[in-house]
Amino acid sequence: MINKICGSVEEAVADVFDGATVLIGGFGGAGHPTELIHALIDQGARDLTVVNNNAGNFETGLAALLKADRVRKIICSFPKSSNSNVFNEKYKAGKIELECVPQGTIAERLHAAGAGLGGFYTRTSYGTDLAKGKETREINGQHYVFEYPIHGDFAFVLAEKGDRWGNLVYRKAARNFGPVMCQAAKQTIVQVKQIVELGDLDPEHIITPGIFVNRVVQVENPHISS
Amino acid sequence: MEKLTREQMAERLAKDIAPGSYVNLGIGIPVLVANYLNPEDEVLLHSENGILGMGPTPAEEDVDYELINAGKQPVTLLTGGSFFHHVDSFAIMRGGHLDLCIMGGMQVSANGDLANWSLGRPGEPPAVGGAMDLAVGAKKVYILMDHNSKDGAPKILEKCTLPVTGLGVVSRIYTDIAVLEITPEGVKVIEKLVDISDEDLQARTGAPLIF
Repeated sequence: MINKICGSVEEAVADVFDGATVLIGGFGGAGHPTELIHALIDQGARDLTVVNNNAGNFETGLAALLKADRVRKIICSFPKSSNSNVFNEKYKAGKIELECVPQGTIAERLHAAGAGLGGFYTRTSYGTDLAKGKETREINGQHYVFEYPIHGDFAFVLAEKGDRWGNLVYRKAARNFGPVMCQAAKQTIVQVKQIVELGDLDPEHIITPGIFVNRVVQVENPHISS
Repeated sequence: MEKLTREQMAERLAKDIAPGSYVNLGIGIPVLVANYLNPEDEVLLHSENGILGMGPTPAEEDVDYELINAGKQPVTLLTGGSFFHHVDSFAIMRGGHLDLCIMGGMQVSANGDLANWSLGRPGEPPAVGGAMDLAVGAKKVYILMDHNSKDGAPKILEKCTLPVTGLGVVSRIYTDIAVLEITPEGVKVIEKLVDISDEDLQARTGAPLIF
């Protein structure tokens, strides 16, 4: 019997190792797996590379992980926000490395990893500072930049409901990076608001099929920051 | 000369959006355009975090932080709207499916290069978000920005001096004094929005204008 359900967030993140690349879902507060990240802080892994669209808000979730000095490098599209003080301090102090990647290029690099592609050419960023040093190619009269996949050792994702096979549905705009990050990591760990019985999710409505998911843990009322 | 307010700029641009268009509104002045769209025209707004058919700001009691826009502000979903994940959302943007994207601008060059993501200050963390994706991906890119910076310097130039977001991507510029189109021949004045002479408009612009 396949049973991907974990009893606790502590158990779910227990094997995250020092130096791991962790894909963290969410766009702003929506879809941010705060409780998994807090469990990771308690677990103690360090020297992490984190992939997220942003670089943490206020002092919970990813911002708390940064504050605890566990992140060596962050790959994101938009680290700046009115409440990204923790990142700003660490960046100014030279305590964190930043790789700024266009948002769609992050998504597609994750997709490439999940789909087994060696990379892809995109028009995004051609001729800009973010394409410096990258391979380019002209295809049908258009200029493209080559981008490599981003593989995760782990993915932390928040979904609405999941079952013991790891099938998932999401809620509203909290879906964002969840489905693609589930594909792109060796170990995908999902916190869901509700674990349901096998068969309760309409197969026509399942967004992430369970094959992309390794662990499911229930967190009934996750912290969702504004 | 009374320049247009941000609201008037947004209202002017909104008049040029065809009914039924799929449109992405960037953060800043562009989001104001939504206030001047006629609901019957069914101009559908896309938000890069994964929404098509985005509706207005909710009443306070209906705020849901799992339903936010690209600026992370609470929004609503129109009847018929949809949610999707990031790969699909950026396929919409990068795959040429949006009819129009409206963004703010720091500088635009005479050949349509756009600079709107970085002031290029050393030591500041770079932050691009979806700007480069939108710049190359939408069928048309309209820039909504003041004609001149606060110190009076022109923002429409022969060549951008700030780090560029995309090359040759801008179709039109809507400023607080004029509407301009990027053409193969150069920057063409479509409409003057205030009482201003051709000479004065040219003097405020860093590239030759075609009247």
